Amino acid sequence: MPTRVLVPSGVLGLGFDREALARGVAAKPDIIAIDGGSTDSGPFSLGAGESKYSRAATKSEWRQLMRARAEAGVPLVIGTAGTCGTDATVDWMVAITRELAEELGQTVKIAKLYSSQPKERIASALREGRVMPLEPAPAIDAGKVLEMTNIVALAGAEQVQAALATGADIVICGRTTDTATIAALPLLRGDHAGGAWHGAKIAECGALCSTNPTSGVILVDFDETGFTVEPMAKSARCTPHSVSAHMLYENVDPFVLYEPGGRLDVRGAVYRALDERRVRVEGSEWIPGPYTVKLEGARVAGYQTTIMAVLRNTHYATHAREWVAKLTTFLEGEIDSRMGLKPGDYHMDFRLIGVDSALGALENRQGTPGEVGVLGVVTAPTQETAAEIGKLINPFVLHYPLTEDEELPTFAFPYSPATTDRGELFEFALNHILALDDPADDPLAAFRLELEEVGHAELV
Amino acid sequence: MPSLSEKVLKVRSKNAGPFWVTIDIFCGSKPAFEEVCAKLKTERVAELYKAPLETLKRFDIADLNVVKFSLPRPVVQGSREDRDMHGAGWAVLLEEAELA
Repeated sequence: MPTRVLVPSGVLGLGFDREALARGVAAKPDIIAIDGGSTDSGPFSLGAGESKYSRAATKSEWRQLMRARAEAGVPLVIGTAGTCGTDATVDWMVAITRELAEELGQTVKIAKLYSSQPKERIASALREGRVMPLEPAPAIDAGKVLEMTNIVALAGAEQVQAALATGADIVICGRTTDTATIAALPLLRGDHAGGAWHGAKIAECGALCSTNPTSGVILVDFDETGFTVEPMAKSARCTPHSVSAHMLYENVDPFVLYEPGGRLDVRGAVYRALDERRVRVEGSEWIPGPYTVKLEGARVAGYQTTIMAVLRNTHYATHAREWVAKLTTFLEGEIDSRMGLKPGDYHMDFRLIGVDSALGALENRQGTPGEVGVLGVVTAPTQETAAEIGKLINPFVLHYPLTEDEELPTFAFPYSPATTDRGELFEFALNHILALDDPADDPLAAFRLELEEVGHAELV
Repeated sequence: MPSLSEKVLKVRSKNAGPFWVTIDIFCGSKPAFEEVCAKLKTERVAELYKAPLETLKRFDIADLNVVKFSLPRPVVQGSREDRDMHGAGWAVLLEEAELA
């Protein structure tokens, strides 16, 4: 059965063209699906279980989507709620939904799909050989798994389908693959499997597959032989090039995409312009495989304190590398003699902004910077130790002379206090998959589904 | 000698998950694509990114006039040594590379 999916944007919180959304709703979609997250901003969100986007931005956009849902009378689904898709961020998104239901006078049935994994479950699965590394994977053992602050499994289409089967108006998912929320309904209705996954991949970043990426809204028609994609903003066009080039984006292999239960292979895909704005795609292939879900996990790798100084004096800006090398050796001695800590007990790194701060050892260009920013990053097993090291090195970062026979220099500190405690340094600790039984038996084996109804019945 | 950026439309780099980075060279035309395919050796790219040659994946995509490289990130995204959270800055090494 043909399935029309409206994708308002690549991620909730990034904004979209309101007129384009209205045009999408008028096109009578069967479902509205949007992504809520990504690992793209780093491990903090998963480590802490917090959304990267502001609550205000999320709520204002979700308000528009809840209105669009009510108008269209179809399910609204969000994948990877709150950036990382932990149970805590699903509940955060549910709380926003409750507030909006009340403010908008809507009564809605919410399905909550939870993806967080109890650490004991993953530790046992590891012992049983059901957790397998991808390339390259950090080394793990059961002890390391138990130390992680959050572990999520990426739900696939089967779990989203189970949530849709509840008849919910709104489905708020924890971590899902980027494509699962878009592919779920077309697959459920028997549309072409290769087309469903491929179309979902093309649409998962919203209008990034078009000539006007910031307009957000994309409409995808799935059917038994493939899919057709069309941007909803008047200013945007989809072309065979803009659509096929999207397979390059954030993908190691632009032709193969692994999903729970198989892989998508688009080497045989043919992209054809139907008109100025619409592209038809056929020939992509879904190859079923073992049912595995990808795992993401984060752990605390230490606590950080930073310090910043700016070298404007030409002598120092020109010799910044040499200065930092001497300063580091000196500071290691001071930290040892005053705190009894050896370099292996903590980590101290000075990054020279204007010299090589972005590329580090890969930098191959040398110039004459007008000034050099010195960003000192201290990482230690506790925040107290990192902060103490920060305070200890502070006067030397301010005054350390390049040579012994010169007057004490004073560099520019941009703020007071000169040091900033950053809290935990989280790191991604899993690049693994978890083998599950056939989801036809129990799609929710590693996931949890809950229902609730919110809003005021009298306002319906 | 001209740099790659003078020959092509755009070079883009981005994380492909926390453990990989992928670099797309949009050549913009068939002649530019053919020139890049012929002159840009995978060995040279491995050298620029100080990565073992066997870890690089290369895709010469004629339909798009794109040459794509994927490699394990030099350091895992967001780890203590990471200097570029989104991996977008690594494109400059190829942009500035000379196309011999």
